[in-house]
Amino acid sequence: MSSRSRASLALLVLVLAGCDREERNARGAPLPETGPAQQAALAATHSDPRAKQYENVSFQISQGQRLYSWMNCVGCHAHGGGGMGPPLMDEKWRYGGRMEDIVATIQKGRPNGMPAFEHKLTEQQAWQLAAYVRSLSAQPRQDVLSGRADEMSNTEPQTLDERKPVKDAAGSEPKGPVK
Amino acid sequence: MKGWLRVRLKLLSGAVLLLSATPFAGLAAQQNGARPAASASPAEDGQWTMPAKNYASTRYSGLNQINISNVARLKPVFTFRVGTAKGLEAAPIVVGSTMYIITPYPNYVWALDLAKGGKPKWVFRPHPKPASQGVACCDVVNRGVTYSNGRIFFATLDGSVFAIDANSGRQIWRAQVGNINKGETVTMAPLVAENRVLVGNSGGEFGVRGWLTALDAGSGKLAWRAYSTGPDKDVLIGPSFKPFYAKDRGKDLGVKSWQPDGWKIGGGTTWGWISYDPKLKLIYYGTGNPGPWNPEQRPGDDKWTAGVFARDVTTGQARWYYQSTPHDEFDHDDINEQILLDMPVNGRMRAVMVRPGRNGFMYVIDRASGQVLSADPYGFINSVRGVDLKTGMPIPVPEKKPKSGRITRNICPAAPGAKDWNPSAFSPHTGLLYVPHINLCMDMGVMETSYISGTPYLGAEVKMYAGPGGNRGVFTAWDPVRRKKAWELKEDLPLWSGALATGGDVVFYGTMDGWFKAVDARPGSNGRLLWQTKLDSGIISQPVSYRGPDGRQYVAVMSGVGGWSGAIVSAPLDARDPSSALGFVNAMRDLPARTKAGGRLYVFALPR
Ligand code: HEC
Repeated sequence: MSSRSRASLALLVLVLAGCDREERNARGAPLPETGPAQQAALAATHSDPRAKQYENVSFQISQGQRLYSWMNCVGCHAHGGGGMGPPLMDEKWRYGGRMEDIVATIQKGRPNGMPAFEHKLTEQQAWQLAAYVRSLSAQPRQDVLSGRADEMSNTEPQTLDERKPVKDAAGSEPKGPVK
Repeated sequence: MKGWLRVRLKLLSGAVLLLSATPFAGLAAQQNGARPAASASPAEDGQWTMPAKNYASTRYSGLNQINISNVARLKPVFTFRVGTAKGLEAAPIVVGSTMYIITPYPNYVWALDLAKGGKPKWVFRPHPKPASQGVACCDVVNRGVTYSNGRIFFATLDGSVFAIDANSGRQIWRAQVGNINKGETVTMAPLVAENRVLVGNSGGEFGVRGWLTALDAGSGKLAWRAYSTGPDKDVLIGPSFKPFYAKDRGKDLGVKSWQPDGWKIGGGTTWGWISYDPKLKLIYYGTGNPGPWNPEQRPGDDKWTAGVFARDVTTGQARWYYQSTPHDEFDHDDINEQILLDMPVNGRMRAVMVRPGRNGFMYVIDRASGQVLSADPYGFINSVRGVDLKTGMPIPVPEKKPKSGRITRNICPAAPGAKDWNPSAFSPHTGLLYVPHINLCMDMGVMETSYISGTPYLGAEVKMYAGPGGNRGVFTAWDPVRRKKAWELKEDLPLWSGALATGGDVVFYGTMDGWFKAVDARPGSNGRLLWQTKLDSGIISQPVSYRGPDGRQYVAVMSGVGGWSGAIVSAPLDARDPSSALGFVNAMRDLPARTKAGGRLYVFALPR
């Protein structure tokens, strides 16, 4: 590749990135891309091999987002701020914030009033929902987060949200390495 | 000068005492002529045996040791930590020298010995199912216990009704009336009348089918259950049903005014207040919003939701019904209190009920016939134009109609109404009704939703904010005879506490940031603030007053913020999402900085 075409390729990339940025700019300043350190932390959340197929895949997150309204999750958890159920957009996790913890929560329910959805959802749907739930606190890669708001009240787009550390309900970092 | 002042003051308080000693009827005549229904408001005995004080629901204590000139000297006598940190909405109940309180889930019932400075006598722990917390729409509250014939009655969040021995705290019976798997909870305080324990369900946000249930007070056995939707036989509509308005007559309107089968999941829950007229043997109570919130999914009047029923207490048979909000579009539940008064209407004494409706109208309804005698706005309303007294129907405002595909802006009042559950108080001494209420508007969007048992059935999203003026709360002294405000106080935060009126012309209420306030009740006073004190946590409970074993007058209130409006603190919720707590959080973002979760009873008296 000539240095000239290399330069124009670089320019193209820049322009493309620029387009991307411009769209986001309409909603406010974008956050910096996910850095390598965060990437590493992210990788550490995948202990169940299935997690990879759902998290960081924008299609799956988008499917999860629709299910979140269709299955009435939104009635109890609002758009992450909570109501009858606890907030899902913050860093506190009563039952763990890893993909498989959330899948377990959705399928089996939890004692203080989280219904079990295992007979109402396929396994795939549960994983899609889990991916969306994690996106409420901006856990997946930034470029796969949903830019679409399914609500009238216009919360900040998730793409403008900062990734929250995953903590247990008492607010402390989980002991031992996050698997 | 100083001496003169003191003499004047003494004279003044003497005069107040004298005034208070006069029988109500004579005095009321000097005022506007309104007085509580005699058969439903027995003479003052210094106790407070049911949350509403009496069947007329006046929430008025005739005690007058504490009055406008000495209330500023009130001091806490004892406080008691109740053991929870969720919304405390209940009224403390006082029977003899014992006080009974109930906490939010897990619904501990405490008996406190007032002769021993509030030392606990016993505590009863009913152990409701933990899963009930998830289906409680608006915090895990409970609105009180009630006393009758040596027993304490209450309901738990998971839908059990208990009768326990008031002396020993031992369980006498327990009856399961609700099913949390369908989203049914119970948050209301039961009412006991004619040996019936009356209790209704909550869950209007879950597509449950509303009902009021009567249990035999002796055995806990089911006496009757009246549904708020469905065929006449389920609603207990029979030959004695004589609604005032023609639109409410006809067979099985509880089925026909719905889309096919809609009534089965149509709401109309009954989680508010019941009044009772012992002379007419009728109970009165309101029914909640229809489900789902999205009105497009349920064309029709959605009977018998969002209205008020009169029923025979013994059989449950309906006598009349009035629908204040047919085909409710805004979650305007109609479960608010009704105060039974006898008062002049157009120059003639009438037996009425006065209802500060969720939809913002102060209704005066003939309590024998169900005829609406007047309906005047007591808050800011733009969602309807008024009430047509010929038909009883609200006059709609088409541009405020929620429609899918658009957001309807600036609907006033918002979903919690111009006033939510927190009850008013009526003073026979001033003839005024003291109404703690709110001033919120909302944006609303609707979208199709499907019914999934045990999950919310809403199809709507709202976002609330302060109404005109910017104050989110209002405390209104309303003259029901002259049909207008005597005075009103603007409060920054929504008012979510009940009101207490007393014989000393002092009215009490609390704010969500924890101020417990005493104001001058008199018509010309403009609600002058006489005393206030800041409590541990926000106040959303019902203050009461009683005569202690030592003969002194006490005022009791619980602090513990929460409820629909306060869930942002008690849950806690995340304020970045305006749709949290069904849209209430948007209006309450400043609350976490102004109070904290708590749970404490406070008892006040004048220094000895
Ligand atoms: C009926 C109300 C309700 C519905 C519907 C509901 N939830 Fe929950 N959810 C709760 C409650 C209550 C809890 C807390 C349970 C506990 O603490 O034991 C909870 C907990 C959770 C948690 C765990 C949070 C943590 O801190 O660990 C997740 C994740 C969750 N819900 C996701 C969902 C999803 C996804 C859906 C829809 C498929 C859903 N919920 C539907 C009420 C509900």
